[in-house]
Amino acid sequence: MSALRNGESAESAESADTGVADDGRGSSGPLVELTDIEFGYTATPVVEDISLRIDPGEYVAIVGPNGSGKSTLMKLILGLLRLDEGSARLFGEPSHAFDDGARIGYVAQHASASKEMPITVREVVKMGRFPHVGFGRLSAEDHRIVDEALATVGMTDFANRRVTKLSGGQRQRAFIARALAGEADLLVLDEPTVGVDAESVDAFYDLLEALNEEGITILLIEHDLGAVTNHARRVVCLNREVYFDGPTDEFAESDALARAFGTAASFTGGSGGGRA
Amino acid sequence: MPVELFAVLQAGPLDAVLAPFYWFLALWSDLLFVVGDATGLGFLDYRFMHRAILVGLCIGVMAPLIGTFLVHRQLALIGDALAHTAFAGVAVGLFLNGVFSLGVSPYLTAVVVAVIAALLIELISEATDAYNDVSMAIVLSTGFALGTVLISLNAGGLAVGINQYLFGNLSTVSAENAAILLVLFAVIVGTVALTRNQLLYVTFDETAAAVSGISVTWYNRVMVMLTALVVVGAMQIMGVILVAAMLVVPVAGAAQVSRSFSESLLVSVVLAELAVLLGIGASYYGEATAGGVIVLFAVGIYVVAVAIGKIQARAGDDATPELGSIESSDL
Repeated sequence: MSALRNGESAESAESADTGVADDGRGSSGPLVELTDIEFGYTATPVVEDISLRIDPGEYVAIVGPNGSGKSTLMKLILGLLRLDEGSARLFGEPSHAFDDGARIGYVAQHASASKEMPITVREVVKMGRFPHVGFGRLSAEDHRIVDEALATVGMTDFANRRVTKLSGGQRQRAFIARALAGEADLLVLDEPTVGVDAESVDAFYDLLEALNEEGITILLIEHDLGAVTNHARRVVCLNREVYFDGPTDEFAESDALARAFGTAASFTGGSGGGRA
Repeated sequence: MPVELFAVLQAGPLDAVLAPFYWFLALWSDLLFVVGDATGLGFLDYRFMHRAILVGLCIGVMAPLIGTFLVHRQLALIGDALAHTAFAGVAVGLFLNGVFSLGVSPYLTAVVVAVIAALLIELISEATDAYNDVSMAIVLSTGFALGTVLISLNAGGLAVGINQYLFGNLSTVSAENAAILLVLFAVIVGTVALTRNQLLYVTFDETAAAVSGISVTWYNRVMVMLTALVVVGAMQIMGVILVAAMLVVPVAGAAQVSRSFSESLLVSVVLAELAVLLGIGASYYGEATAGGVIVLFAVGIYVVAVAIGKIQARAGDDATPELGSIESSDL
C-alpha cells in the first residue's frame, strides 16, 4: 500500500483522480499527495525532496527528532504553509486552495488554543460542526453528533466545564472530541498525547485504531516511538528528508531510526530520541 | 481630494439612508419623555440626554461584543491604536470642512480613516506574521500626530471643538451623529450575528479554524474593521482616549465569572450597560465628563467581578465529576 511513493506513480494517480473529482471516501484517489516538495522558513530548507502519498484507509505515523520538520510537513500537507518547490495535493486539490474543512479533523498539541478564554467543553466540541453548518445554526442532528463525540471520549460529565479548568489530558480529550464531531475522512493529529495520562493514552490509541477500522484515514505526528510501533501500520521517518517509509514492522528492523535520529534511539525509551 | 465625494456624502443619499433612524430617534425620545414624567428623573427632560442614553446603550452592546473577540486573542490594545487613528480622521474631517467649507460630520471621515488604518494594521501583521506592539504603537502615534498637526494647521476656530472628540461629550451628540451610530450599530451586530461561528473558531484556535476551511485572514480583516467602527461609534461619548476601555474592561470582568463563551458575551454586555447607565446618570448629577465616569464605574464593576470570581472558585467546583473512559468499542 505504501509502494507508490515516488514521482513516477504520481502522474497516473493524478489522472485517475480527476475522474472521480469530488467524491470522497469511496474513491481510490490519494488523500494526500506530495511530490518533491521543499520548504524553508529561511534560505535553509526545513524539509526537502519529500514525496509522500497517503491513500484512503491508511494509518500513517510520521516520526523524527525535534526540529526534523514533522510539524512543518504537516502544515504543508494541510496547506497552512506554501511550498517553495514541488506540489502538495489534498483530496486531489492543491493543498493551499483546499477549503472543504468538513473532510479534515485536526488535533494539535494543546498549546495552540487560547488559554484564558471562558469556553465550555461542549462549545469547543461544537466547533467541529462549524464546517458543516457554515453561517447557520447547529441542528438537533448536529447536537446529537456532539453529544456522541463527548461520550466517545468519556467527557460527557465534563461537557459544561470551562476548558481552562481542565487537566492537560482532559483538554486533549475535548479537542479529540471536536475532531470526531467533524466526521472527517482524514484525521490529522500533531503529538496528540503530550500531557495525557498513561492510561488515557492507551485508550486513545485504541480509539484511533477503531476509527481507522471504520475507514477513517489517520495521519499521526508522534514523538513517542513506542506508541507508533504499537499502533500505526505505516511509518514515515523524517529528518529534513524521508529516511524510511514503509510498514511498521520493517521500520523496527531497519537502521533508519539510528540514521535519522543520529543517536542510539530505541523503541523502549518511551519518548525516544528527541524530546529535550 | 475629491470634493464632490464629500459633497455627495453630506447631501441627499445620506439623509435618505438616515431617515428611518431619525424617525426611530424621535420615537425613542417620546418614550423617554414618558419615562421621565413617570419617574421624575430630571435629566430625561432633555432631548440631548435621550440621544446620549441611546448612544450609550448601543456602545454597551457593541463594544463588549467586539471586545470579547479581541481580548481573548490578546489584541486588547488594537482598540486604542484605532481610536487614535480615528482622531486623525476627525481632524481630516474638520480640516476639509474648514478648507472647502463642507458640512461633513467628522465622524464620517473618522470611520473612513479608522477603517483604512485597521486594514493597514492587519496587512502589516499579515506580512510580518505577528501583531506586534511596535507596529501598533507606530500606527497609534502616527494617527495622533497627524490629528494634532492637521488641527494646528487651521488653528483658531477649530481647536475649540477638539475636546469633545478627545474626552467625549454627552451634550454634543447631535441627531445626525446618533443616526450614524445606529447605522454602525446595525452593521456591527449584524455582521457578528452572521459570522459568530467563524469568529469564535478563529478566536479560540486559529490553526484549527484554518484547517477547517475558514479563511482566517479574511475574518481577521473583518474583525479589525468592526473594531474601527465600534471605536468611532463609541468615541462620541467615551472620547478618543477612553474608548478602548469599553472594549476591554467589561470583557475582562465577564471572563472572571463566566464559564461558557455565550455566557461571557452576555455578562460582558450586562456589565457594560450597567457602567454606561450608572456613568451617564452620575456624570449628569455630578457634572463630570461622562466618558471618565463610565470607565470608573466599569473598573469598579470589574473589581467586584474579580472578587466574585475568586469566591466562586473557592466555593464551588470542588466536586470533580468522574472522567469516563474512551469508548472505542461502541463505534
